[in-house]
Amino acid sequence: MEFGFTTAAYVVAAVLFILSLGGLSGQESAKRAVWYGIVGMALAVAATLIGPGSGYWLFSVVLIGLGGMIGYQLATRVQMTQMPELVAAMHSLVGLAAVFVGFIAHFELNRVLGLSGDETKDLGTFAALLAKKSGVEISILRVELFLGIFIGAVTFTGSVIAYGKLAGKVSSSAEKLPGGHMLNAGAAALSLLCLIWYFNTGGFFPLFLMTLAALFIGYHLIMGIGGADMPVVVSMLNSYSGWAAAAIGFSLGNDLLIVVGALVGSSGAILSYIMCKAMNRSFVSVILGGFGGPAGEQMAVEGEQVAIDADGVATALNEADSVIIIPGYGMAVAQAQQNVAELVRKLRAKGKNVRFAIHPVAGRLPGHMNVLLAEAKVPYDIVMEMDEINEDFPDTDVAIVIGSNDIVNPAAQDDPNSPIAGMPVLECWKAKQVFVSKRGQGTGYSGIENPLFFKDNTRMFYGDAKASLDTLLPKID
Amino acid sequence: MKIGAPKETFAGENRVAMTPESAVLLQKLGHECVIESKAGAAAGFSDKAYKDAGVEVVKSAAALWKAADIVVKVRQPTTTEQKKLAAGQTLISFFNPAANEKGMKAAADAGATVIAMEMVPRISRAQKMDALSSMANIAGYRAVIEAGNNFGRFFTGQVTAAGKVPPAKVLVVGAGVAGLAAIGTATSLGAITYAFDVRPEVAEQVESMGAEFVFLDFEEEQADGSASGGYAAVSSPEFREAQLAKFRELAPEVDIVITTALIPNREAPELWTEDMVKAMKPGSVIVDLAAEKGGNCKLTIMDEKIVTDNGVTIIGYTDFPSRMGAQASSLYANNIRHMIADLTPEKDGVIVHDMEDDVIRGATVTHDKKVTWPPPPPKVAAIAAAPKKEKPKELTADEKRAAEAAAFKQETKTQVTLIAAGAALLLAVGLVAPASFMQHFIVFVLAVFVGFQVIWNVAHSLHTPLMAVTNAISSIIILGALTQIGSGSFLVVLLAAASVFMTGINIFGGFLVTRRMLAMFQKS
Repeated sequence: MEFGFTTAAYVVAAVLFILSLGGLSGQESAKRAVWYGIVGMALAVAATLIGPGSGYWLFSVVLIGLGGMIGYQLATRVQMTQMPELVAAMHSLVGLAAVFVGFIAHFELNRVLGLSGDETKDLGTFAALLAKKSGVEISILRVELFLGIFIGAVTFTGSVIAYGKLAGKVSSSAEKLPGGHMLNAGAAALSLLCLIWYFNTGGFFPLFLMTLAALFIGYHLIMGIGGADMPVVVSMLNSYSGWAAAAIGFSLGNDLLIVVGALVGSSGAILSYIMCKAMNRSFVSVILGGFGGPAGEQMAVEGEQVAIDADGVATALNEADSVIIIPGYGMAVAQAQQNVAELVRKLRAKGKNVRFAIHPVAGRLPGHMNVLLAEAKVPYDIVMEMDEINEDFPDTDVAIVIGSNDIVNPAAQDDPNSPIAGMPVLECWKAKQVFVSKRGQGTGYSGIENPLFFKDNTRMFYGDAKASLDTLLPKID
Repeated sequence: MKIGAPKETFAGENRVAMTPESAVLLQKLGHECVIESKAGAAAGFSDKAYKDAGVEVVKSAAALWKAADIVVKVRQPTTTEQKKLAAGQTLISFFNPAANEKGMKAAADAGATVIAMEMVPRISRAQKMDALSSMANIAGYRAVIEAGNNFGRFFTGQVTAAGKVPPAKVLVVGAGVAGLAAIGTATSLGAITYAFDVRPEVAEQVESMGAEFVFLDFEEEQADGSASGGYAAVSSPEFREAQLAKFRELAPEVDIVITTALIPNREAPELWTEDMVKAMKPGSVIVDLAAEKGGNCKLTIMDEKIVTDNGVTIIGYTDFPSRMGAQASSLYANNIRHMIADLTPEKDGVIVHDMEDDVIRGATVTHDKKVTWPPPPPKVAAIAAAPKKEKPKELTADEKRAAEAAAFKQETKTQVTLIAAGAALLLAVGLVAPASFMQHFIVFVLAVFVGFQVIWNVAHSLHTPLMAVTNAISSIIILGALTQIGSGSFLVVLLAAASVFMTGINIFGGFLVTRRMLAMFQKS
């Protein structure tokens, strides 16, 4: 029977997806893991097309082909620095699709319920499935599709705003409408009311009203989160899109949807948790938006920022034996990863010990810096995590900070009143000399003054990261 | 004021406390200079040179002591010299105050002021008058030269037509000023140089001079060198044992040993024992710069050069600076000149003996008929004390086991609690929900579980690819749209088609981007 074949294909696909995620534990096995994912997806789609959802299969294939072409164009053209935007944009598509699928389930449900027993025989497969359900099952179904639409809608607007913030089309600072959290709470309460209403009547209006409320929550929630918290936001939205798929899977009775939705959902949740831990903040405080107000007066920063030119940096680098580079979002913005890689190649050719220190929340996406450095062909075995390298700073001659700020802020350790107090940071100030490549004297994303820039062993190398490195490179010999 | 330098009376002393060059500069401070005839002869400065520099030359020591308001000298004054000290007169010289109580008392009684050059505090401002350092520098250099003089081979390794010459191996014990100077000289001559010091913080200085620092396999809270003004302190017996063991290991290899280990106001520690000397190759040379304080090697005889039965030369000279009279004199005279410059703040030839000044106070041992030694500790610390690092307490094996057991218990507890709570929740859901729902719910719970287990292992650097791939996989929602597209109204078909289209973008985009990213990761 066709159904049996489909289920078997789903089982294989589910195993492939799990292997695909599990394979990401190492750089080498990851290359194989992507193929598992691709085969799994192809198998799932093919089995569905042949199997129960046979209607308009040619039409579906054409649509997938069209979508695929656009996806191909996007994926091959996108700059590695724009990866966060792309991921956020694609999340919004999944969210929207979840909303649509949920609505369809609602329409079908109502249509089937309106029919008498005899007519159900000629219905399509999905409708036929619905027709078999008992009263309790239909109630549960309503809750499931309601949840699916709700999460999907939040994911959709949330991802659109996240995309806007990352692409610089929406102000990246934390902005809230007057009323703040009360508006969100109000919208959430409205959604709950709609659930009860919908549960009892099954009407379209409460569903529609809830969708609007959810869209608003997604918009307002993400608007209220500052740019520096974007890694958490993106992985959280990733998690949401998974939960939405799982909820829809329940309402459609499709186990593969449930399995994959749950996998994606838990993956995003764990990533968010890791990010939050790296910033020493609770998940709730990130979601509720921005940095909390400081508990007391922040330590005043004394001293002045001392500038240095490319010659000075070059001399220090030529004399140094060990160098650690700390890249941040500024490197991504300036597209300076190639120049950084070139600098590293030159220094390594002279037998110097050059390594990268990557803070878990550097950049705007988990692992953002690793991807950029990989793009520039920096060998991944010199790219270290914070915990691996933090103890090596005292033995390091030169630390170069390129476009990062909060992740190297000593105030996190020294100043209990700092908004980022307790956040683990890269202790680059323990190196003998620190160079900070920075556009100007302003504060970073979080708007916090950074005492590192005023330390005695810190020199500020002002200018766009890429331009600065361009002037520096010929001087390294 | 009249500044006078007598001829050194100590036998074999070639140095002089004033050179024609320093005299010119002293005169610029408003002072007059006077020197005893032939005082600079041994250092290569003739009376004529002094005269040309505007220095008055007097015939006898007695005349000089009478004429000068300030007497500058190198060696500690003899009793005869000390008797010549008059009230109001100032003596600037090495004075060895720690072992010269009688001399200080006599000078104080006579009403003379004595400034002891070895008491100049070790602070940055006083470096220009730190005669101990300038003399040690010379001693270190000369020690290597003396060693080379008595060593029958090259320092540098050479491959010549007449055969291969291995480079000499030099071990310098004690990396103070003399030690560092010796290291610099030995390495520049081409020798392979090792150096040892009880203060591990000087390892960097040693390496900067081109030598290899000999690290001991020994862990102990080292006395912070900054506490004793940058000088070494006495080390523990265990440390000493470890140190001697290391030296024993090195002894058969090294050709030249230069020991410079001195601890202020103590007999020199024995570092190069008799058995080490016996283990050395014939023709090897030991230069003991600590000979004056008993020597770092007990075989050393002060002021003599001996050859042991197994052909090892041990040099115990104490007059290395004097052996380089011209150089030593000009450096010492400059130290003296800087001291006088500090005493003449207005540059008008008037001495202001400011007892509030750290440097002047520290170096002054008698003033105003009082013995002012030892001085109070200087207000400025010589070296910024390194902040002490709190080491985490080492746990004993039992404590470790207890901690592990406790952690294991805790983990079991949380896991059991979580499982119990999860099971209870599942049961509660199962009581109300119909069987068809439960079937899916079990799948869901298991998938979440698998997800959690799998994702924890994902490498940190692969988080972005993970997001991209999960994003692609989450387009699995296309299955929902595909099953629905065939049934129902136009609206349904439209919505489903839109969903299929969008997820199509996502599937291809997500996987391709992931592949692109992963292809970039490469090993060096």
